[in-house]
Amino acid sequence: MNILLIGANSAIATAVARLYASDGHGLFLVGRDLAKLETLRDDLTVRGAGGVALVELDITHTARHTELIERAQTALGGIDLAIICHGVLPDQQICERDFTALQASLDVNVISTMSLLVELGNYFEKQGSGSLAVITSVAGDRGRRSNYVYGASKAMISTFLEGLRGRLHDSGVNVIDIRPGLVDSPMTRELEKGPLFSTPDRVARCIVKGIRKNRTTLYAPGYWRFVMLVVKAIPQRLFKRLRF
Amino acid sequence: MTFSGWGRYPRLESRLIEPISTFEIEESLGGSGQWGPSIIARGAGRSYGDSALAETLVSTRYLDNFSSLTTSEHGYTVLRCASGMSLEKVLETIIPKGLFLPVLPGAKAVTVGGAIAADVHGKNHHIDGSFCDHVESMQVLLATGEIINCNRDAYPELFHATCGGMGLTGIILDAAIKLVPMSSLDIAQRTLVADSLQDCMELMDEHHESKYSVAWIDCLASGAAQGRSVLYLGEHVDEKDAREKSKSGRRGLRAIKRSELKIPFDAPSFLLNKHTMMGFNSAYYALQKSRGAPKRIDYDAFFFPLERLRNWNRLYGSKGFLQYQLAVPQESAHACISAVLSCVSHAGKGSFLSVLKKFGKANNNLLSFPIEGYTLALDFKYEDSLFPLLDKLDAIVLEHGGRLYLAKDARMSKECFRRSYRQWEQFAELKQKLDPRGQFSSLQSRRLGLG
Ligand SMILES: Cc1cc2nc3c(=O)[nH]c(=O)nc-3n(C[C@H](O)[C@H](O)[C@H](O)COP(=O)(O)OP(=O)(O)OC[C@H]3O[C@@H](n4cnc5c(N)ncnc54)[C@H](O)[C@@H]3O)c2cc1C
Ligand SMILES: NC(=O)c1ccc[n+]([C@@H]2O[C@H](COP(=O)([O-])OP(=O)(O)OC[C@H]3O[C@@H](n4cnc5c(N)ncnc54)[C@H](OP(=O)(O)O)[C@@H]3O)[C@@H](O)[C@H]2O)c1
Repeated sequence: MNILLIGANSAIATAVARLYASDGHGLFLVGRDLAKLETLRDDLTVRGAGGVALVELDITHTARHTELIERAQTALGGIDLAIICHGVLPDQQICERDFTALQASLDVNVISTMSLLVELGNYFEKQGSGSLAVITSVAGDRGRRSNYVYGASKAMISTFLEGLRGRLHDSGVNVIDIRPGLVDSPMTRELEKGPLFSTPDRVARCIVKGIRKNRTTLYAPGYWRFVMLVVKAIPQRLFKRLRF
Repeated sequence: MTFSGWGRYPRLESRLIEPISTFEIEESLGGSGQWGPSIIARGAGRSYGDSALAETLVSTRYLDNFSSLTTSEHGYTVLRCASGMSLEKVLETIIPKGLFLPVLPGAKAVTVGGAIAADVHGKNHHIDGSFCDHVESMQVLLATGEIINCNRDAYPELFHATCGGMGLTGIILDAAIKLVPMSSLDIAQRTLVADSLQDCMELMDEHHESKYSVAWIDCLASGAAQGRSVLYLGEHVDEKDAREKSKSGRRGLRAIKRSELKIPFDAPSFLLNKHTMMGFNSAYYALQKSRGAPKRIDYDAFFFPLERLRNWNRLYGSKGFLQYQLAVPQESAHACISAVLSCVSHAGKGSFLSVLKKFGKANNNLLSFPIEGYTLALDFKYEDSLFPLLDKLDAIVLEHGGRLYLAKDARMSKECFRRSYRQWEQFAELKQKLDPRGQFSSLQSRRLGLG
């Protein structure tokens, strides 16, 4: 399989890439830190990847997305699976005071992702096959007072994906919305870790399995589906009083 | 957050830093010294005592990448990887390529950095030496923020101090390790029973050409039965020789993954007392005695029998436990181990897992543990009355020219350390030169007077 991995230096993406590499798949890595990408390429090569290419790009440079997808397609000789993994977790309290900070997080989590989805949606539609996966979050399922800027950005992508899934369904393309729960990764370095946290490795195994099974909405690990079922059932009257 | 070693004694409130790249460590360490004094590298935390404890811990969890796998002109294969890589992950990647690690400790979560820093040994020490004997070179980040690539020819002093140096020279960033070929996942295991310590040592000497050799010893048996033990011998099965299909052969060469059990809470510590342990030891001995025939078991079961119960350290109760591992030269081994066992069984403070093993030649790393002779490891549940007993054992060990393993130690005195690790002064001098402000420092190093 030929895989395009965007935000490849993310802990979750790296763990996903390693699983695919050890099965011999080819990868095209996109990230903004060249040194880290090169380290990852060497790592994937040792694990047995069937070829690794890379491109350094700050993903908010949406003007370069068309060219990016073309390069990936040429290097891989066709894309079978694209996974979008980049993201930021903005500081909610700063965003409540400072709109520029809020906007900057949207540039990464929403604008750049949608731009990629436009390009990739058209690419896959034309190709008539393939899978398109995006990492959103369980945080998008509800607007929590402690994290609603991030949550809203992820919800926007989830809704977008739902529509895109319908559109691409006719072309035989699967669109996967990956919703990890709490993951112990650099993104959550500053947070206190509780028992609900899982490792990037575990989440990656769920992702690879879910993609193989053509899932559409993928909670990772799976128990988050039930956790969120409960959280989604909490009525507004009660929810607005909750401090989480 | 509160941290401890595998023995869960002692514990320390520390700050954990998880750098995501070498560059981030370099930046934080160099010049500005914003991490403050007393920092130490932390791998998987599988050392038992206080060697990976300090006010600031630098975790290597994100330094977990492979760099290269190359076959040298001499025909052997060298793996280069970052120091936070666990031996388990290394095996997962190299086994399908028909390669294996030359030395494995009894825990697979151990990181490459931790394996080098403690210069760990496996069941084949008498033949293949310790982990660092297979390390070709490594990169070490010094307190100055400088990264040095050292090996036996370039910066040999740094190399020989860092191998076995318990993280005190700097942070090991990556290493090149010589791998060995393998053709089967299986180990052919033979089990021999010895009725006494003398018997067991003779059997080990007799079978010294066996690749792997280790004995479980009933440390509570006394009198004539003292030192009765079960000796396990193992050889890699050579698939090209062996006609019959390997037990695991159908799966091809793929790392073994077993489901692990987890203990969700600390066992009440009264469960472990003299009577339950004597019962366990006797039953275990009787069981093994009845199973003589050679058999094939996969490498995972052979090397990591304890890993089935991943957090078995909770069995010892909430106060934790200590492991006491000694090494003693061949000529005084019997006298020393016999005296230690008498002392332990007299005090009635034994353990489930007491392990005896033969060591081959020592290497020339300044603080490496193995010396040619024997090593004995005993587990003890934490209790206040344990410490006087361990002090007594120290005296016996010193009297016989032995020493204690730093990776297990949590309480040895500075005097005991200096008397048994004769190259400590050379190490301290080099440390002073490399790290004059004493930035790299653990609870253990301060206790042992190493800064
Ligand atoms: C069940 C079990 C069985 C074991 N069996 C054996 C055995 O058979 N033989 C044996 O020799 N040992 C054995 N050990 C001990 C273990 O192999 C060592 O303690 C090893 O050092 C643990 O590695 P770690 O990655 O967990 O390191 P940690 O415990 O986190 O650290 C140990 C030491 O290494 C240093 N260190 C870690 N990473 C680095 C780095 N990147 N740079 C510099 N310093 C570093 C730390 O500062 C510390 O001093 C066993 C342990 C367990 C729990
Ligand atoms: N961790 C969690 O608890 C959690 C939970 C649910 C969902 N998620 C989602 O999972 C995905 C992966 O996160 P992670 O946990 O693996 O965290 P991570 O390791 O911090 O990964 C985030 C990645 O996004 C990249 N990135 C940020 N801004 C970028 C930009 N402008 N251009 C290019 N790359 C950019 C970062 O690049 P650099 O490496 O260069 O900084 C980093 O590699 C994210 O979408 C996140 O929202 C995470």
